[in-house]
Amino acid sequence: MLAAVGFNPRCCFFLFLFFKFKLFTMDFGLVTICPNVKPFFLCRSFSAFLLFILAGVSCNSVGKKIYVDLNNTVPCVRLLNATHQIGCQSSLSGNVGVLHVLESEENLDWVLDSGPNPPYMVILETPLFTRSIMMKLKNGSSRVAGVAFVVPNSNPAGGFSPHTSCPNENSGVYTEGYDPTLANCKNTVWNPLGSGLSYEDFDFPIFSLKDDNDTEVIRQCYIVHNRPVNGSTPRYPLCAMQLFSHMSAVTNTPTCMRRNDINFSISPEYVCDPLGDSNVWGSSRPLNNTAKGHKMWESVVIAAARLDSRSFFSNVAPGTESAVSGFVTLLAAAHALRNATQEAQPNRTILYAFFQGEAFDYIGSSRMVYDMEKNQFPLDMDNIHSVLEIGQVGLRSDSKLWLHTDPVSRRNATVNKELIENLQLVARELNISGEEPNLSQPLPPSSFQRFLLNRPIPGVVLEDHRSEFYESMFDNREYLNITYPPELTPEEQLEYVTDTAKALTEVATMVGRALYKQAGGEDSQLKNINADSQIVTQMLYSFLVQSNNSWLQQIISPDSIGHLNDRPLNLYVGVYQQASEPTALVHHLLANLTGSVLNITQENCNNQREDEEDKESKHMYYYIWSQGAAPPNSTERRGFCVRSTSRVFRALSPAFEEHNYTNKAYSTWTESRWKSIRGRIFLVASHELEMLTLGVGIGVLLTSLLLTYFISSKADILFSSAREPTNATY
Amino acid sequence: MTASVFFGCTFIAFGPAISLFLFTIAREPLRVIFLIAGAFFWLVSLLLASLVWFISVRISNMDNEAQQKGLLIFGVVLSVLLQEVFRFAYYKLLKKANEGLLALSQEETMPISIRQLAYVSGLGFGFMSGAFSVVNILADSVGPGTVGIHGDSQHYFLSSAFMTMAIILLHMFWGVVFFDACEKQCWWAVAAVVISHLTVSCLTFQNPEYVASLVPTYVILFLMGIWAFYSAGGSLRTLKLCLTCKDKDFLLANHRPR
Repeated sequence: MLAAVGFNPRCCFFLFLFFKFKLFTMDFGLVTICPNVKPFFLCRSFSAFLLFILAGVSCNSVGKKIYVDLNNTVPCVRLLNATHQIGCQSSLSGNVGVLHVLESEENLDWVLDSGPNPPYMVILETPLFTRSIMMKLKNGSSRVAGVAFVVPNSNPAGGFSPHTSCPNENSGVYTEGYDPTLANCKNTVWNPLGSGLSYEDFDFPIFSLKDDNDTEVIRQCYIVHNRPVNGSTPRYPLCAMQLFSHMSAVTNTPTCMRRNDINFSISPEYVCDPLGDSNVWGSSRPLNNTAKGHKMWESVVIAAARLDSRSFFSNVAPGTESAVSGFVTLLAAAHALRNATQEAQPNRTILYAFFQGEAFDYIGSSRMVYDMEKNQFPLDMDNIHSVLEIGQVGLRSDSKLWLHTDPVSRRNATVNKELIENLQLVARELNISGEEPNLSQPLPPSSFQRFLLNRPIPGVVLEDHRSEFYESMFDNREYLNITYPPELTPEEQLEYVTDTAKALTEVATMVGRALYKQAGGEDSQLKNINADSQIVTQMLYSFLVQSNNSWLQQIISPDSIGHLNDRPLNLYVGVYQQASEPTALVHHLLANLTGSVLNITQENCNNQREDEEDKESKHMYYYIWSQGAAPPNSTERRGFCVRSTSRVFRALSPAFEEHNYTNKAYSTWTESRWKSIRGRIFLVASHELEMLTLGVGIGVLLTSLLLTYFISSKADILFSSAREPTNATY
Repeated sequence: MTASVFFGCTFIAFGPAISLFLFTIAREPLRVIFLIAGAFFWLVSLLLASLVWFISVRISNMDNEAQQKGLLIFGVVLSVLLQEVFRFAYYKLLKKANEGLLALSQEETMPISIRQLAYVSGLGFGFMSGAFSVVNILADSVGPGTVGIHGDSQHYFLSSAFMTMAIILLHMFWGVVFFDACEKQCWWAVAAVVISHLTVSCLTFQNPEYVASLVPTYVILFLMGIWAFYSAGGSLRTLKLCLTCKDKDFLLANHRPR
């Protein structure tokens, strides 16, 4: 995610030349030999020259005639943990290979063995992006320059998950020490389709390409130049591709963090950054945020969801089912609970927690537990009454929802009884069947495991048991069956309540009521707790279609406007130094859905106070200035101040706090830095033609050396008739 | 393509120029100075041409292709004329400088003849114009790709290099003929130089039909070469004398004091 500007040292000399003669880089005496006769090109070439003069950069028409730069490329980048590196990388100057579009698995033989022009750049389509093919390519990597994966426009049938089959297996609660029979997914394999590709280390670059004009150019180029016809070998020039994704970090996190600390130059050169971001939390009753540590007489029910997801490729992590379904449900439940908790305050406080970086060994939840232990959070572990975690709940078959509990703590039978009973009671009212899995089944991968690691707390994890596209780029809205009638405008789509939204609303209502009951609220209030399907569908639209819509524009604060995008949200947690998109949006949404609007000025709002003398409110509340909507006859938005308990706190793994990168207890994931990530296609000439050019060049040089020596040695004779008269002139 | 193509093209484009420089110019500091000065004069002409071009493109309609094409032809013609004007200006300057040198010189004769000056300044023009027409192409030839993804000929680098070689040599010949013509005040020869320069520049409009531009250019190069040979004082007789090695001075040629 952190990428510096690309720099090619080889061009330096020429750039120097160009900069030096910036203004003169045109030769009119000799029109640059344009390899295209069409007059429009001449003009384009010259406008390119003009740009060249203006900008003084080495972008010129010759380069355009050679290279086609690929847009919409997404690389796989290198990540590191305490012991390993995973992901992909190219050499410093990019990997070049002759294009080969893989048509079937048998076709691999051409790449790995029989093809005459290695190395090859393999173009893959969805059904061939499997573990077996990728591992064969990995093992034959001297003949493989890289892989480009063409993303299909619809999800593959039968599922695809590049994640491991037992996600986060070493950082959850189920270790050999906790219960040997449950460790390492011995009992239940949570992600049976998981191929583990995301956790392999490839020494060639792997890019994904959107199926559009670029891929069409690539296919055409392949068909015209590279496809072997009737078994004959293709003739030069061949179509080739170059992929740049050189990664600065190697080996593992301890190594790269040590190298971060070595500074030879004035400007420090970092090689990797820890993964992380911010967790979001809010509570049904304001808690003093300044006083850390244990709160007397306080008992909280934590309602948790995860905020992040990942996929094989960096920055394409829609995480629709694995994350969005869960946190949208929790947001809707929090919204449903706003009035009830204000009118009839239950005995216990409900704490909404949204954890970041859970895909990478539970960064967010482990940080919360760590902060509670170190008295850096307004509460500590003793304040926790119970935990209700909303996992993936978007795809219930037969309205069935699984209520997972921990079999080890269940041995003490009463631990989870209350929560399960509450959940089943409200579920029955809503015609949702909340079923308990069999007693030996462990918890699925969930943030709650990190709390259990600390102490046995009652807790339930809601799941729907679906993992076709777990942690893959296909975990998108198509998977969740969110489709809009084609004739709708974006504004109408935002308001259109899909079936998935209705289903999630039901779950949200159930979660809201269960939380209220769990917090000790009165049964009479339960009927008033109903999630709003309109809000749910708006949230789904914002996270899965585009966050840059009229609804979020009203909610967001003016300085967070940059987080709104016209594409589906990317839920990859990213490096700690860079704010990831979902955190800010969820923070604002939670504030608006649970907070109240105050009539105070923008200045006071931004300074966290209700009036000029107010110094106390900031400990209890957080104030956000929302942009608001523009009145019908005006273009200027009328903002408002929202007071809520919605706050963010660090989601950086404790390992980086303690500078202990070999400790297995905490996440140690880091992301390598890189300089440039790009791809381009072009033709390569045969070795013979290159050698011919060199040979002709040397021939010309030697001939002219000889000839000049000969002529200059005989110049007196050769030009003798003129010598005397010339001298005589002067 | 690769480094081999880069070096191949560099040798083709600049091989003759480099060898001429090594054997005839590098040994004498005065010639080096005049070469650099010639290159500078060419640069100044390009600066003026590009200023005019810059302004005219700014005020023209960028979307009108016919107009842009016309502007391109205008730019080429203007640039060629400017180059020739600067060649004349350089000739005038050298004449003045020569008088000054003669005054300073302790010997009776000039340290450098006007004919040698013609050759040296022509080569200076050639060096600079060659550099400017091929350097950006050479920069791209180092990369892994070759021209042709849009269906263009892959002999682009090779033909550009040969074109540059021709341009450098032509500038040298033009210099010799031009100075000689000025010396003899034979203005039709000056006009012939300007017209052939215009012709060669406009021939490059033929690209990418490389044969159509390279063959006529080399024909002109050959003719110009012969003309320059004669105006530099060569003749068929001296050539024959030279080739048959009948001249008894041949072995002593290098040892003779100049």
